[in-house]
Amino acid sequence: MSIFRTQQLVCWPLPSIEIDVTSTLRKLLKAMLGSLRDLLPIFLVIVFFQFGVLQQPLPNVGQLLLGVLFVVLGLTFFIHGLEQGLFPIGESMATAFARKGSLFWLVTFAFCLGFGTTVAEPALIAVAAEAADVAAAGAMIEASDTAREEYATGLRYTVAFSVGLAIVIGVVRILKGWPLQWLIIAGYVLVVIMTTFAPEEIIGIAYDSGGVTTSTITVPLVTALGVGLASSIRGRNPMIDGFGLIALASLTPMIFVMGYGMLIQ
Amino acid sequence: MSIVSAVVEVTLSTVHDVLPIAAIIFGFQFLVLRRKPANLGAILWGFGWVLVGLSLFLLGLEWCLFPLGRMMAEQLTDPAFIQASHGLKEGSGEINWKDYYWVYIFAFTIGFSTTIAEPSLIAVAIKANEVSGGAISISGLRISVALGVAVGISLGCYRIVVGDPIHWYIIGGYVLVVLQTTVAPRLIIPLAYDSGGVTTSTVTVPLVAALGLGLSETVPGRNPLFDGFGLIAFASLFPILSVMAYAQLAEFRARITRRKSKDNIN
Repeated sequence: MSIFRTQQLVCWPLPSIEIDVTSTLRKLLKAMLGSLRDLLPIFLVIVFFQFGVLQQPLPNVGQLLLGVLFVVLGLTFFIHGLEQGLFPIGESMATAFARKGSLFWLVTFAFCLGFGTTVAEPALIAVAAEAADVAAAGAMIEASDTAREEYATGLRYTVAFSVGLAIVIGVVRILKGWPLQWLIIAGYVLVVIMTTFAPEEIIGIAYDSGGVTTSTITVPLVTALGVGLASSIRGRNPMIDGFGLIALASLTPMIFVMGYGMLIQ
Repeated sequence: MSIVSAVVEVTLSTVHDVLPIAAIIFGFQFLVLRRKPANLGAILWGFGWVLVGLSLFLLGLEWCLFPLGRMMAEQLTDPAFIQASHGLKEGSGEINWKDYYWVYIFAFTIGFSTTIAEPSLIAVAIKANEVSGGAISISGLRISVALGVAVGISLGCYRIVVGDPIHWYIIGGYVLVVLQTTVAPRLIIPLAYDSGGVTTSTVTVPLVAALGLGLSETVPGRNPLFDGFGLIAFASLFPILSVMAYAQLAEFRARITRRKSKDNIN
């Protein structure tokens, strides 16, 4: 038996590349029509404001048109890849972890996924830098570049840690079947309490940090993970228990950023 | 040539962003789970599509939407534009919060339209549609989230213009969320909470940030360092309310149809 398993391990065949070209093309074409429809509202808003309200010509029309083409193609490819790659891997991993039955590895994976996808998130890096400027202007830290850098890095790791923790809490919640609303409401109460103690300058940034942590690649993965876990555990409803990881991941950064602001003060 | 180099540059930076995620996923897949996923070839191709798609998407946004959106945010919040749209002479008279109506309309429409195009929301909507067995429609969920974002950003702009402290709005929103949670259909609650977090990513955040910055720079008495923030928080809070409302509405309509069909049978 054990020999058999090692053999299986060694002999992974290389991924077979048999892709039905016509069906891929058909799917892409369908996705492209969808993307065009999705992007139409933005186009209408821009045209209305540019010509109707501001009454100005469009600058740099050639580059604009190329940009539009890229956006349409990009969204099409992304959606296609989502259904081919991100969703299946998220779900297959969730099932595999559920079958393996090791809580330790599941929790470790959840933390790594949350932490690893957040720490390098460009939106978070930008927000952390702005937060450092605010802190320097509010004389909470020295107005030197090193102090700012230190503050921004600390903040980034704090937020990444909080997202890792959120995914861990969320995964444990799915396993135990706790109702999400109690966790979220408790989090809200904590946010409100901390708002009264946190330095005023940090509050706006803290509230915003909840929204910026969840990136375009993390969201599909984490959603597929949650839904996959809830589907493979008996007694869990994927609708009630499967969603909610992102909600937790947008809540904990608010608490931790305010906590960070209070500590540094 | 510059196009090619721009594409390469953006692709490289996307690869850089995706690399840690891929490392975690495949690391755990091969070292801990030690099981080959059923269709590894298709999955790897899928990652490739995601990578290329996201790079093109970001580059396209950087070329068409962001510069235009930022310029519009700047121009619409410019006091000169607001006075001109009222036929006021430059520098004469106070600007009332109502005079910023084009800003609110812009905030509403751009919030709505960018949310409709948000890739992560599309992902969650596809999943929710699949899990609910079609009971939650993809477009229904996306439109209700987009309406929530639109209302949230407009209200956030109003807050920056009048200068109220942000926490009263957010705490008020929380109270509404808690109250609505008690009456909303149980199945929708986790999805509604999630939709707060997914709305604000690639497309919406840069434009909304520009709007907040433009407003806090030009409205007298506001400091962009402190008042420019908060729009994203509004955009993450209001979709929770609107998605729960969407489910309540769907339930209400289903109840009416059920009653009608019962009447028809009788």
